[in-house]
Amino acid sequence: MSAKVKAKPPKPQAAGNPAAVTLELRLYVAGQTPKSLIALKNLTKICEQHLQGRYRLHVIDLVKTPQLAQDDQILAIPTLVRNLPQPIRKIIGDLSDTQRVLVGLDVRSHPK
Amino acid sequence: MARASKRSKSATTSRALLQLKKAPTGIVGFDEISGGGVPAGRPTIVCGGPGCGKTIFAMEFLVRGATEFGEPGVLMTFEETGTEISRNVESLGFNLQSLVDQKKLFLDYVRIEPSEIQETGEYDLEGLFIRLQHAVESVGAKRVVLDTVEAIFSGFANEGMLRAEMRRLFRWLKDRGLTTVITAERGSEGTLTRYGLEEYVSDCVVSLDHRVNDQISTRRMRIVKYRGSSHGTDEYPFLIDQKGFSVLPLSSIRLDHKVSKDRISSGIKDLDVMLEGRGYFKGSSILVSGTSGSGKSTVAAHFADETCRSGKRVLFIAFEEASAQVTRNMRSVGINLGRYIRKGLLEFHAWRPTQHGLEMHLLRIHQLVDEFDPHVVIVDPITNLISTNLNEVHAMLMRLLDFLKDRQITAMFTTLTANRGAEEQTEVGVSSLTDTWILLRDVELNGERNRCLYVLKSRGMAHSNQIREFVLSRTGVRLLPAHVGAGTVYTGSARLAQEARERTDALREQQQLEEKRKEFSVRRSALESQIAALRSELSSGEAEFARLALQRNERQQRVAHDEEMGKIRGVTPANRVVNS
Repeated sequence: MSAKVKAKPPKPQAAGNPAAVTLELRLYVAGQTPKSLIALKNLTKICEQHLQGRYRLHVIDLVKTPQLAQDDQILAIPTLVRNLPQPIRKIIGDLSDTQRVLVGLDVRSHPK
Repeated sequence: MARASKRSKSATTSRALLQLKKAPTGIVGFDEISGGGVPAGRPTIVCGGPGCGKTIFAMEFLVRGATEFGEPGVLMTFEETGTEISRNVESLGFNLQSLVDQKKLFLDYVRIEPSEIQETGEYDLEGLFIRLQHAVESVGAKRVVLDTVEAIFSGFANEGMLRAEMRRLFRWLKDRGLTTVITAERGSEGTLTRYGLEEYVSDCVVSLDHRVNDQISTRRMRIVKYRGSSHGTDEYPFLIDQKGFSVLPLSSIRLDHKVSKDRISSGIKDLDVMLEGRGYFKGSSILVSGTSGSGKSTVAAHFADETCRSGKRVLFIAFEEASAQVTRNMRSVGINLGRYIRKGLLEFHAWRPTQHGLEMHLLRIHQLVDEFDPHVVIVDPITNLISTNLNEVHAMLMRLLDFLKDRQITAMFTTLTANRGAEEQTEVGVSSLTDTWILLRDVELNGERNRCLYVLKSRGMAHSNQIREFVLSRTGVRLLPAHVGAGTVYTGSARLAQEARERTDALREQQQLEEKRKEFSVRRSALESQIAALRSELSSGEAEFARLALQRNERQQRVAHDEEMGKIRGVTPANRVVNS
């Protein structure tokens, strides 16, 4: 959408298998604050370890596009939003707790 | 002297300069009790229980700011969506969407859904600030409303962070000079707000209250705190209706209204006569009290009729009868009020006294007066309002009277007195406030009830002290001169009987006089004949006396002659023969 776009082009795998669905992730930050940078670092790590090839990530800087804060109902910074698959899930904080992030993204149920 | 007044004037101006700058809310009455509105460029907390009108207060502040004071605003709601709020305030005549389209208002609904959110590690509420900043910038806002910002506390677990962010938020608003209204729910343990927001906002705290007394609800407002400014500290009743929020500024009215020398006819000729022949004073207050069925409403209707006839407007507030009923009833005494209603000179408002609390009634009267701008206000009867605390009623009516006097509106109140004999005590609460007090009373005598009227007091005029009989006829009210005799006032048939009695008395006297006259004339003629007889007797006596005197003269002359003869013949007197 805007700002940095980090996309790993994945190939959809077997339909019906949740693990096969591509996650659409957005990370909302407000400028280059330490918390935002930590969150991005943590997220990148989690994605590489657990979601290899199964995600698309957009990082949105609300300082540049403040309108999106209203549109996407963002209050806390940083916020990670899983837009797809439905339903929408939000994870706030610097994402330092990997287990909670995975639970939040609902990807924990699948074996490594 | 002159210097002193100059000094005091300059002192007041400097005090005014020192005063806090205020942002008018446009809410009727609030600006008056707060001395100009909420503190400009600072946050104000409006707190209260659910349904007390916090949001409406905030909305009115925002909408009036945008429409009347040229200050665009931002509404950030945490509980209701923008459409919900728009729909809610539509009933107050506010069209939020058009304000949004005109870029005078920015709506942002902050949805907080705790179930959707997972917390992992450190975060802050920078998103809220970004949204607020964006909203403020996009319309150039001067005013901000945060409707129940406390909802945030339910959305996030980290209270320490939330408190820090709240503090930062209020600082942020203040730094940008945004006049902010923050609504907050009252805490369950009597605290002003549930999360202690007043800790952060120390400039102005307004508390709203909605309480039910005797099944009648009353809304009240109080300014708990207003740093750097004097303000009314009382609880003020307020009303939310089609026109929004209005506060009744009760004690801000001083006792210095203009006084008129003009007079206004009561509509009853004979009553005018009792009031120096010219009627009531314009802008005065008149109390008509009496037992039930003594004709209070008729006196009021006459006054309304007369005022309308002279082309002036009358506001008639009826608590007992519907408008149609009053007009029908008054037709029976020859008063046609219907035509004035059609002409728009007479406005009738009938509602149940139990419909609102006392303050609400008075507030509604205030509003009607503001709208209709009448010359005369009639309230028939006020007794129904006096159901609660008499002191309260006294204070309220005083405020209403002051308000009406201030506008030079003549006010007439009727009041029902409960028991016979106690007429002069029951309305003590009210009577001392009114200028003219007309008392109607029933006199029970000889198996009938008759109405009497008298003017118990009328400030500033030499009113009649008579008790007049009050007669309702097809052509209206007439006051008959009361019949006073033998220390009693006669009314009705007793009066007729007394009048007849006095007529016969007079006739009898007339006849007696005539008899006396005749009697005397007879005596007079008798006496006169007696006088004539005496007079003739007198004159005959006089004639006798004259004759004797003559004889005596003749004899003396004869004696003288004899002596002469004796001298001549030498006879001494000694041997003179006396032959008499």
